[in-house]
Amino acid sequence: MIEVRGISKYFGKLTALRDLNLTIRTGEFVALLGRNGAGKTTLLRILAGLSRPSSGTLRIQTAGKAGALAARGSIGYLSHNTSLYLDLTALENLRFYSKLMDLPAADKVLEEKIGQVGLAGREREPVRNYSRGMQQRLAIARAFLHHPDVLLLDEPFAGLDHAGSEFLKRYLLAARAQGKTCIMAIHDARLGYETADRLVVIEKGIAILDVPKRTLSFAEFQKEYERISSEQ
Amino acid sequence: MKKIWAIFRKDLLIEFRTKDSLNSMLFFGIVVLIIFNFALESRPDSTRSAVPGILWVAFAFSGTLGLNRAFAAEKENSCLQGLLMIPVDRGVLYLGKMLAATVFMLIAEAVIFVFSLVFFNLTVWAEIPYLILVFLIGTLGFTAVGTLLSAVAVNTKLREILLPVILFPVVLPVLVNAVEATNIILNAHDYRALRLPLAIMSVFTIVFGTLSCLLFEHVLED
Repeated sequence: MIEVRGISKYFGKLTALRDLNLTIRTGEFVALLGRNGAGKTTLLRILAGLSRPSSGTLRIQTAGKAGALAARGSIGYLSHNTSLYLDLTALENLRFYSKLMDLPAADKVLEEKIGQVGLAGREREPVRNYSRGMQQRLAIARAFLHHPDVLLLDEPFAGLDHAGSEFLKRYLLAARAQGKTCIMAIHDARLGYETADRLVVIEKGIAILDVPKRTLSFAEFQKEYERISSEQ
Repeated sequence: MKKIWAIFRKDLLIEFRTKDSLNSMLFFGIVVLIIFNFALESRPDSTRSAVPGILWVAFAFSGTLGLNRAFAAEKENSCLQGLLMIPVDRGVLYLGKMLAATVFMLIAEAVIFVFSLVFFNLTVWAEIPYLILVFLIGTLGFTAVGTLLSAVAVNTKLREILLPVILFPVVLPVLVNAVEATNIILNAHDYRALRLPLAIMSVFTIVFGTLSCLLFEHVLED
């Protein structure tokens, strides 16, 4: 379970998050929607431990040990920035991250993981030679190398072609079926509605709409979302 | 230790593939030597006494170039973000990056030193073990602080300018004592006098290395 209590984040005079409260149960798939600068990425970065809130508390309950390191170990963070070293091959990238996380780093194991994201046969090519979509596929393998319980996704579909988007959608649905908690910041309301089971709209750092998907159709949700966006 | 080694090995692999840091470090260091060589050409009697200062100017400037690249490469594609998500003490990241920066700087120093022997017509076979010791401790002191400050500077718009501005005042004790120790080796030959500058540099390295390791976590968060 993830509990966000009264979290605010300021960047100088700019308020990115304002007294935000959110409880996300284990296994929930939450889509964070909102315009650019609404605070979605800031919230995800705080949840990932990449940014410290200016005030408020964050509690992440993990199945294993307690503490910040254990919490970090249970989180996988995927954004449109792939965090891949372009001058290393796919295999070298995964080997590096595996070693840092004390995971098996044998070529055979890693080649299998690269194959699972549809890049079989390209393992020994520098990532610089990959297309944007291929890099994002490898980023998926990298981010979820350690089988995290919580997946934080910041615009994960950005730059993916149709095949890549379909692949990621299938991957996320499989993760949801496995009971993983997913929190995804996304612009595309339809994609967010299709994949998530709870929809949270953030505007100016405040969660102004928080509804389970089952309570409204996509048309109703879109109408409400557009109304909120036009009011802000 | 395994994780520190993994970070070091990754940096080494990327550097040997791209040669981004080493090429610029060597080029800059050798240019410094050439300029001083021309400046001192008319006064050959004073060349040897000027060499310690010239060497450490070349080492410090080329080292700063290397440190600037150390975290710039991590910023590309948000690799630093990937590193920060790894469930590992962030001191490990610091030590891995520091080890890589030290090795790159030592490689550059070795090449610059060989060029200095040619440019300034020096013969130093007997002094080499002492010089290696001074270069090693001086470089460790430089990179112990430099790695932390490079991580500070990388999040700013003016990182190339900011790093030397914040680095040189802090590492001044190391540079002054490194010049002093090199001067003792090349000119005074009283090796007992080496104890004080070496002790100061060693204490500086341990104190600032420990502090930097502890502070590294706070530097990387926004």
